[in-house]
Amino acid sequence: MDKTIIIDKAVIIVVVFAVTMLMAMYATLAERKIAAWIQDRIGPNRAGKGGLLQPLADGLKLFAKEETQPNTPNKFLFKFGPFLAMTLALMTSAVIPWGDKFHLFGRDIELQAADLNVGLLYIIAVLSVGVYGIMIGAWASNNKYSLMSGIRAASQMISYEIAMGLSLIGLLLMTQTLSMREIALQQEGMNWNVFYQPVGFLIFLICSFAETNRAPFDLAECEQELIGGFHTEYSSMKMGFFLFAEYANLFISSAIISVLYFGAYNYPGMSWAVENWGVNIANVIGIFALFIKICFFIFVYMWVRWTLPRFRYDQLMNLGWKSLIPLALLNLVVTAIVILLIKN
Amino acid sequence: MVEILFYILSTITLGSAALTLLSKNPIHSALWLVVSFFSIAGHYILLNSQFLGMVHIMVYSGAIMILMLFTIMLMNLNISHEVSKPFITKVVATIAFCLVGLLLLSITMRGAQTYELQYANHGEDFQSVQVLGKVLLNEYVMPFEMVAVLLLLAMIGAVLISKKDKTDKVA
Repeated sequence: MDKTIIIDKAVIIVVVFAVTMLMAMYATLAERKIAAWIQDRIGPNRAGKGGLLQPLADGLKLFAKEETQPNTPNKFLFKFGPFLAMTLALMTSAVIPWGDKFHLFGRDIELQAADLNVGLLYIIAVLSVGVYGIMIGAWASNNKYSLMSGIRAASQMISYEIAMGLSLIGLLLMTQTLSMREIALQQEGMNWNVFYQPVGFLIFLICSFAETNRAPFDLAECEQELIGGFHTEYSSMKMGFFLFAEYANLFISSAIISVLYFGAYNYPGMSWAVENWGVNIANVIGIFALFIKICFFIFVYMWVRWTLPRFRYDQLMNLGWKSLIPLALLNLVVTAIVILLIKN
Repeated sequence: MVEILFYILSTITLGSAALTLLSKNPIHSALWLVVSFFSIAGHYILLNSQFLGMVHIMVYSGAIMILMLFTIMLMNLNISHEVSKPFITKVVATIAFCLVGLLLLSITMRGAQTYELQYANHGEDFQSVQVLGKVLLNEYVMPFEMVAVLLLLAMIGAVLISKKDKTDKVA
């Protein structure tokens, strides 16, 4: 029994890793295509049919580039930064439920690497340490622009983490559980959390933009002020790691939004499908439903990036501390009162 | 298995704590402290206390250490900037540290016996956040609220100190 669990989990972890990498790869292409579409251009169309092989070409180019290293006394930390950024981006995927229980080979298989009973806290914890990769890499670059970028990333992360946590507490009051699997199970059919926590969802979405360092919150890498920001001194695959980590983050954070607020793998008519077509087929459709939701949120991320201009630094801080945190607190209090009234 | 993990984690905790003190560069010190905090979270998880482990990572590694790194990077501390302390300060600091160490040692020696405390929720699953919440808000509601007020006071104090400069300039 133990051995089969280990094999199951190993397979799930490898598959999740591969899918995350694949999605991150094609998110780079999607970003350029969507940017082109929004700006009325064609976008990359030379490599493969309609530019389908562009990510491979980009990857190959990054691998083949010459490695340069700045004259820094912190060679180890310089190499450690991109590695850490990638690791922390991938760690969050451990608690995401990708689908309901499959019934295969005479046993139930959970499509989740680890069903922690503090899953939600685990996600906040990993997100909160996610900025270390950028900070360490930026500091070790021994470049003042990189350093400023790292400092900006850190202060932005600290500011938006509070509002993010507060909006999740509102969700937590409703679900009464921290386990990601149970949160997913509770949203059966169209019983999605977003209908009960619209304000919380909005705050969480905005904070997700900030935590993934995406426009309009990409002050850490704004070209006009800081050259390339924290990856100014990086070249070749080390820079590739930083860029790739950003897209892996994008995918994982879209997955978290889908699971927490948009019903995870649930879709209307799932119980009907289970009755008529069996558990496994219904679950395969469920996984597709989850990926459609994830792709939609990846699209939203890109749509916002190519629509809105970047915030100024003081606007960023004002939005975080003076708007989002009070709003999240208000949302929390209202949720608590409503739950109390309904229960009595 | 658990024992081996414990020894590995303890080695990391003590080693990184020692390196925190021995590192010349303040940023390296801070990073070693982060490693130390992570391994302490590992200890909590070994003790079946997942909630405490996660909160420890969130608060110490995720918030406090990032702020500390932020401050060190902003101030750009260097060895050359370090103010040399007078001899008497060093002597007093050493003596104070030795006394605290002695106190801790005696507490650990005496604390070898385990305490059998009877909680109202005795025997329940303390991994569960729900049980933990019930204990905190029933039996320990007074200390819990006191800590909350203390934290609020600290926050107000911090805001007050940072605001003081502005009013001075206006006046």
